[in-house]
Amino acid sequence: MLEKALTGSRSYKGWIVFLLIVLGIGFLNYLRQLNYGLGITGMSRDVSWGLYIGQFTFLVGVAASAVMLVLPYYLHNHKVFGKITILGEFLAVASVTMCLSFIIVDLGQPMRAFNVLLYPTPNSVLFWDMIVLNGYLFLNIVIGWAVLGAERRDAPPPKWVKPLIYISIPWAISIHTVTAFLYAGLPGRGFWLTAIMAPRFLGSAFASGPSLLILFCLFLRKYTKFDAGWEAIQSLAKIVTYAMVISVFFFLCEIFTVYYSQIPEHMDHFTYLFTGLHGHSSNLMPWMWITSVLAILAVVLLTNPKTRNNETFLPIACVCVFASLWTEKGLLLVLTGFIPSPLESLTQYVPTLPEMSITLGVWALGFLILTILYKVALSVKESLAH
Amino acid sequence: MNGVKIAIGVIIFVVLVTSPFWYNFGKASVPPKLEIGTTEKACVEPTPYMKSSHMQLLNDWRDQVVRSGNRVYVSSTGKKFDISLQNTCTKCHAKKTEFCDRCHNYVDASPKCWDCHIEPKETKEAGRSDK
Amino acid sequence: MDSTRRRFLQIAGLSVLGLGVKPAIDALAQSGQPEFVHGPQALTGKRWGMVVDQKKCLKAKEGCKLCVDACHRVHNVPSMDNPKHEVKWIWQTPFDQAFPDSENEYMKEFVQDSMKGLPFIVLCNHCDNPPCVRVCPTKATFRRPDGIVMMDYHRCIGCRYCMAACPYGARSLNWRDPRPFIKTELDRDYPTRTRGVVEKCTFCDERLAKGLMPACVDACKEYKALVFGDLGDPKSEVRELLRQNPSFRRKPQLGTQPSVYYIV
Repeated sequence: MLEKALTGSRSYKGWIVFLLIVLGIGFLNYLRQLNYGLGITGMSRDVSWGLYIGQFTFLVGVAASAVMLVLPYYLHNHKVFGKITILGEFLAVASVTMCLSFIIVDLGQPMRAFNVLLYPTPNSVLFWDMIVLNGYLFLNIVIGWAVLGAERRDAPPPKWVKPLIYISIPWAISIHTVTAFLYAGLPGRGFWLTAIMAPRFLGSAFASGPSLLILFCLFLRKYTKFDAGWEAIQSLAKIVTYAMVISVFFFLCEIFTVYYSQIPEHMDHFTYLFTGLHGHSSNLMPWMWITSVLAILAVVLLTNPKTRNNETFLPIACVCVFASLWTEKGLLLVLTGFIPSPLESLTQYVPTLPEMSITLGVWALGFLILTILYKVALSVKESLAH
Repeated sequence: MNGVKIAIGVIIFVVLVTSPFWYNFGKASVPPKLEIGTTEKACVEPTPYMKSSHMQLLNDWRDQVVRSGNRVYVSSTGKKFDISLQNTCTKCHAKKTEFCDRCHNYVDASPKCWDCHIEPKETKEAGRSDK
Repeated sequence: MDSTRRRFLQIAGLSVLGLGVKPAIDALAQSGQPEFVHGPQALTGKRWGMVVDQKKCLKAKEGCKLCVDACHRVHNVPSMDNPKHEVKWIWQTPFDQAFPDSENEYMKEFVQDSMKGLPFIVLCNHCDNPPCVRVCPTKATFRRPDGIVMMDYHRCIGCRYCMAACPYGARSLNWRDPRPFIKTELDRDYPTRTRGVVEKCTFCDERLAKGLMPACVDACKEYKALVFGDLGDPKSEVRELLRQNPSFRRKPQLGTQPSVYYIV
């Protein structure tokens, strides 16, 4: 079926070439990073995780969004999602691949990455993260490919796919729960030490992933023969609405706890984000306000059925959701955990050009995989329609 | 028709894949002569074992020192040695370029020891060799 | 599957078991077993710890950094150009950064007036309940039975989870190759580290193995601001100091059980 990705329109091929170029440049910069060390990035002794881990954190959420299609369709017979579960599964494959790639590029000694398997350490959350991410990747590749292959032969999917699909549902929940646990169990980081870290991850995952899927569906409707159906898109939009409202609510809960308790170890990080701390300004401030404004705008557009059901405003709302959550999870969450440091110093983090290039390269890899898989899926569905 | 093309392709492939052998035909590659660097008669373990398994020994040494805190090695001959690459091994094998590197370069092995462990200082005189 | 293919696979599978014969014979045929032991002068303890008697620093010259310099020299710790890439195993920091949870402006006044504004010495606390060990995915950092939280630089993959977990900022990654930045004369008895691994104080395990005190303690033997010993031995000097002086530790409410105690 992969051969279907080798043919396509000029703009399709142009897009692939563009992605390969971005990927190539990113890869060259990664070679530079391997040679020089992680010092080529903007990370520091105080802010020891940066853009790479931030992107990984955000994309874990996007990956889990497949479950938002699979669960209603397979567990509750929500027929309307039947056409697009494959899009969710393939988005999961692309996202998890990006997650794993971001982790690899973030390692100081990537050639030793195998040590995580050679010396299994069940008390480390990273060990479990490795297991659940790879397992989820495997599940979605196998399920997606098997279901698509069966559809192509106009046959029902093989029987063994069903249990895998059922497993993928709690497994999807596990990937962001475990990733949230990476942060939520560290005693020295007051910004992350909250019981609702995992619920926050779930909320933002179920908002960001489906909103991206809606954008993809609208795009495919316009530029290809694939039409997910307005009803499916509406259904997804309702899911995004609830998830976004819950995400905003969770964030407000955090704000209440830190500011009403007035405990500096928890409060200072938020103050740093909103206004800067102790007279020191913060380069994250504009991002904090952008994410807040976008979130509010998204909630307003989504909760109002007139705008949610509108073909112009829905994509705007989805972009707001995605951008707001990308900023919050992909940027602010990880960096702010380190500022102020355990010794109360405020070290700014500014990503460097090589770092950004490597980041874009990984995104290009993800989009490349997504484009190829979507092309295969669409070609199969198109050939069936004749 | 296709049969001929396939056969030609296979022949080209076989020629390319075996090219390293063709290229080096007749040039016997002699194993390097090592300057052991000392007149000591014996290493930590008998020479045949060291030749075949020094990598394993070093791995065991590393784990014993770093992970178990045992810094003294009692060899199979009963002699005691301080476990240290840069203080024990290179006390005798004092010229890395004339000993370690010669074989490693020959077999294209690049162990990462020297990224951290400090190489012995090399002076001009050649190391003494063991006949 | 037809029967000849099945037969072939069965025989192949059984043959694979034959691969286990040599290892089994090797395991049985051991002779002249090598052993690994402690050196004769190695210091042993139940729980190594340190007492920092901060006021003793008053006896030293102003700006004294003997402990820091000794440690960094003996361990080939680099002196990086970029402050963001700083590597430090032991250092000095103002009181309210060493103890940020004891927000106490009158303590700050005390330090200013009665301790000449001396900074406090901070280092890895070698916690009994270390969060860094809990999170390391490869056990590159691990707690020894004698209490030292150790580093295995060979195994570290540079994921920096330990740096995120440490509540005391005690760990440093090598963001670049450190060798060009070793400004002191290279100590040829001790290795350097390479780019991409995390490093920190290891209570001088290599010196303890030779019967020596940690380098920082040794450097300060004139003033005795740093006292090292076995917290598990009620007759040790550190225990005696803790019996006679009120002591406190950094961030005790986190449950990490640090082994470094401060007395003023």
